[in-house]
Amino acid sequence: MAQQSDVGKFINRYAIFIVLVVMIVVLSFLSPSFLTAQNLINVLITESGRGILAIGVAFTIISRGIDLSVGSIVSLTSVIAASLVQEPSYSARIFPNLPLLPPIVAVIAGLSAGTIVGITNGALIAYTAIPPFIATLGSMIIARGLALILTNAYPVPMLRPEFKIIGQGLLGPIPYVVIVFALVALIAYVILSHTRFGKNVYAIGGNVNAARTSGIKVSKNLIAIYAVSGFCASIAGILITARAASGIATLGNNYELDAIAAATIGGTSHTGGIGTVPGIIAGILILGILNNGLLLLGISPYLQQVIKGVIIVSAVVFDMRKNARQK
Amino acid sequence: MEDYILEMKGIVRTFPGVRALNGVDLQVKTGRVHGLMGENGAGKSTLMKCLVGINPPDSGEIWLRGKKVTIPNPYTALKLGIAMIYQELNPVLERSVMENIWLGREPMMRGAAGFLVDHKAMYEQTRQLLSELEIDIDPKIKVKELSVAKMQMIEIAKAISYNADIVIMDEPTSALTPNEVKHLFDMIRKLKERNVAVIYITHKMEEIFQIADEVTVLRDGNHIITEPIEKMTIDSLISAMVGRRLTEMFPKMESKIGDVKMSVRHLEVPGLLHDISFDLRKGEILGVAGLVGAGRTELMEALFGLRQRSAGEILIDGKKTDIRTPADAIKAGIGFLTEDRRLNGIIPVLSVKINTIVANLAHYTKFGVFLNHKKISKDCEEYKERLKIRTPSLEALIQNLSGGNQQKVLVARWLLTNPEILILDEPTRGIDVGAKAEIHTIITKLACEGKSIIMVSSEMPEILGMSDRILVVSRGQITAVLDRKEADQETIMRYAAAKYNNNQVA
Ligand SMILES: Nc1ncnc2c1ncn2[C@@H]1O[C@H](COP(=O)(O)OP(=O)(O)OP(=O)(O)O)[C@@H](O)[C@H]1O
Ligand SMILES: [Mg+2]
Repeated sequence: MAQQSDVGKFINRYAIFIVLVVMIVVLSFLSPSFLTAQNLINVLITESGRGILAIGVAFTIISRGIDLSVGSIVSLTSVIAASLVQEPSYSARIFPNLPLLPPIVAVIAGLSAGTIVGITNGALIAYTAIPPFIATLGSMIIARGLALILTNAYPVPMLRPEFKIIGQGLLGPIPYVVIVFALVALIAYVILSHTRFGKNVYAIGGNVNAARTSGIKVSKNLIAIYAVSGFCASIAGILITARAASGIATLGNNYELDAIAAATIGGTSHTGGIGTVPGIIAGILILGILNNGLLLLGISPYLQQVIKGVIIVSAVVFDMRKNARQK
Repeated sequence: MEDYILEMKGIVRTFPGVRALNGVDLQVKTGRVHGLMGENGAGKSTLMKCLVGINPPDSGEIWLRGKKVTIPNPYTALKLGIAMIYQELNPVLERSVMENIWLGREPMMRGAAGFLVDHKAMYEQTRQLLSELEIDIDPKIKVKELSVAKMQMIEIAKAISYNADIVIMDEPTSALTPNEVKHLFDMIRKLKERNVAVIYITHKMEEIFQIADEVTVLRDGNHIITEPIEKMTIDSLISAMVGRRLTEMFPKMESKIGDVKMSVRHLEVPGLLHDISFDLRKGEILGVAGLVGAGRTELMEALFGLRQRSAGEILIDGKKTDIRTPADAIKAGIGFLTEDRRLNGIIPVLSVKINTIVANLAHYTKFGVFLNHKKISKDCEEYKERLKIRTPSLEALIQNLSGGNQQKVLVARWLLTNPEILILDEPTRGIDVGAKAEIHTIITKLACEGKSIIMVSSEMPEILGMSDRILVVSRGQITAVLDRKEADQETIMRYAAAKYNNNQVA
């Protein structure tokens, strides 16, 4: 096996970040409106919801699972939270006789709903040993159905401003949603790298037997892992709803795929036990900048999809080769 | 009651189709080394997994320090002071050595930051542990960078670090060389001084007589005897294990050594192997000896195209053959039984039958498409008999077989491919005495049929008993090619160590 040069090692290790920087540089040359503060903030706003989703999903992927239900959790959270904060003056409210609730109640209700779906996923996977793909496929369909039942497939509009501010407010130049995204990323980083639970997540994904024989309670940890994923998804659901100023039962459709793609591009390995928060953030930014750049360049949305697909597959191919080469 | 730290009474454990333990008793004294022996599939590992809560018993009692306990999971076992080194290594490959050792009980920061892992303390404690045990491994390196032997040392260090009163070692030396075994035995003696009881499972006779105080033999899930080691002899131990007397251990037959089959010239693998040249003849068994880490496995991998060489050539039947991938090697008539079977060999979720024939599928097709099930069953059945593979049926999943029986299936796989050149890396590791003799017989017979065999082994008796010539590898170089007649343990060890001390041997 040829010895790798230090440069080679560096490139391998930071490949994903290098790609990100190169993309930014190239796009700044191609489109003058790309590298402006407003445009970059727009990218961050658009991607913060999916970014939080990706971070949650990454917990499940690192543990050698997957969570397909996060998109539906976004939708479910959206309609539940929205239905609790509609303007009392609006006649077609979901709950016509609802008293005026503080918006925090809506937030808590939304977060609880997502977390409950997550806990259910985790319990199914831990105690019935059905594969995570199947368990979360089931709950994805169920949650989607529940959101539609609750709203009869109509949007839930006319949200009160105290709620909408979550999605639209600014702290200085920086929108709240971006701040929440940064906080979630920071907390996830601390959890994964610096807590026992984080170590357990990697161990369960890397070698579940090793985890078990080391006295780790695998079932409990699995439940917590899927709860984290559900919780993150419902945070995303709240933010996106507040920004869209309306609850929508199909809001999160296909978001799970974007989240999984972002985590994967960011180097989270589906063979388990590998993945980092900085990587995932790079992954989501690459996808976001790509979306934004292709749009600015006026490339047809259909071609955009093709390009995105190619990039996702290339990222994984590259990543697998990188891991194989280190053997 | 005597000072038994552990008593297991009437332990029964069944799996679908197998009664692995049939009311077994085991009594272990404080501060003693208790040997546990028996053929592959006798139930040794299962009994221990009952004790650590991986496979809790169906019925029977476990008494610890005079108190009855139930142990539903490994967590409880560790809490009760029982640690185990598993037969199948259990590393989290992508994580560091220190994270592996402290998994599930990481040192935490103090005070308000108490929810954070204290990596500095973890590093320090690992360094201290490893230096106390005289293991020279960087705590921060990822486990996947380590050799199997080093992984084994890490598992040993981990088990010791629990400060348990009972340490179970399930074939801990199967990947270790004599020096490391000596090192392990020193560690065990230190444990004894601390009044720790050690349950020691092995197939190696000389180890049992060196280290054990008492020995228990299991056969077919039944307790056969428990005796102080002084009362046993190798013969009495073997007959307790197999229920009959074994005649010959190394049935070496003189085969006719023919022309050169394969020549390796000036082979180089950067950083691992340097200037390797040797010949392999038809009908010859070429033993390869050396210390763990000397590069024997790497050499075999290079021959089989699993590792890229930077220089050198391989000639087969005098013709230059460019082997770059395992497919090239197989085409050139080479078969390879890998050392590390867990990671490279078995396909856990497939049946014993498929695992037996998978390297040889082309041989078993009708019209090149359909599988010839009759022929498959016949051959599998034959090898199951010959190697005494203990399995409920050929359809059973290989992952449910005992460790030694999984190995036998892999040995059968490569014997079935009937290659011209067969590379065997530790072919009898973890295999019981009876089946070992059978594998040796088969190897010898293959040589008599004119096949060329390369056999890497860390077991001196096996190398000395089976080889026609012995290649000694030391730090990536060949330091000696010894003839069967001039070889003995001391000479081999001297050449094996040659490149590690500066004073060269003559
Ligand atoms: N999980 C399982 N499912 C089904 N059968 C099993 C399982 N674990 C063990 N067995 C069976 O129990 C029997 C005893 O196996 P065990 O692993 O205890 O043997 P062992 O004495 O440790 O042998 P070895 O020396 O080969 O390691 C074997 O017949 C094996 O096939
Ligand atoms: Mg065993």
